[in-house]
Amino acid sequence: MRNLKQVVGCDGKEMTMTTMTAKSLTASRFVPAIFAAVLGIALITLTGHVQAAALHDAAHDVRHATGFPCH
Amino acid sequence: MTSRFLVSALFAGALAGVIIGLLQLVFVQPVLLHAELYESGELVHFGAEAVSAHPVLPGFDLMRDGLSVIFTMLTYTGYALIMVAAMSFGEDRGARIDGRWGILWGVAGFVAFHLAPGFTLAPEVPGVAAADVALRQVWWFATVIAACVALWLLAFGHNWAAWGAAALLLAAPHLIGAPEPESFTGPVPTEIGALFAARALGVGLVAWVLLGSFAGYFWQREGEHAAQAV
Repeated sequence: MRNLKQVVGCDGKEMTMTTMTAKSLTASRFVPAIFAAVLGIALITLTGHVQAAALHDAAHDVRHATGFPCH
Repeated sequence: MTSRFLVSALFAGALAGVIIGLLQLVFVQPVLLHAELYESGELVHFGAEAVSAHPVLPGFDLMRDGLSVIFTMLTYTGYALIMVAAMSFGEDRGARIDGRWGILWGVAGFVAFHLAPGFTLAPEVPGVAAADVALRQVWWFATVIAACVALWLLAFGHNWAAWGAAALLLAAPHLIGAPEPESFTGPVPTEIGALFAARALGVGLVAWVLLGSFAGYFWQREGEHAAQAV
């Protein structure tokens, strides 16, 4: 009787390969995800929270409408 | 991989931001301008004479309203960057991310970033009495972080310990309380203040649903493009 694994050309290692691919994918996008989140927090801090006069005046209406503490 | 985050967040944030900026101009800005008439003293609540509830409001101001739309786009692009980062972590844990599921992520974002802090620090009209802005910002950030962690635990937790911790994190900022003013000195009628808070939260919900849906759609689409390119 022929071994099914040999017929389809797989030796069982493909299971580990898939897991490894998934893990390395997770790892490869962990740093970009953190980078995106930090960039996003920096952006909303700038538009919504920094109290510098020019920024505050330009963003005034948005800060009120978006529910940020304004002044 | 970094480009997938940046491209999908930029598209989602800019697109949602334009729509939200316009919605705010239509629904929130008139209430804000009305309140400013009281803040500046041009109208006086409970003065000698009754004041019409329908004053002539300043019209469209290209510089002021244009800046508002630009800053709305920037703000929601910032939110979109945080959103796609959270979505990628969710996808790693088995969540499906697309335009439809993005709606649910958007509602969660609204709860975390708008409703949770607004539950105690209600969206303010100009001129209301409020505590020191720096203290309120600390409370705002702490509440938003607590709500983000709580919603994550609700969505991805597997036991009552996680869900219980989530409930505690959601309630704690409001039980502790936000910085409040020493006394109430706001000159704006309560009707305007209530309408403003309702409008800000209502537009906020629409905003976040759009943002979540767009972010989910572009995240999935950029992923397909990347897969085809390989």
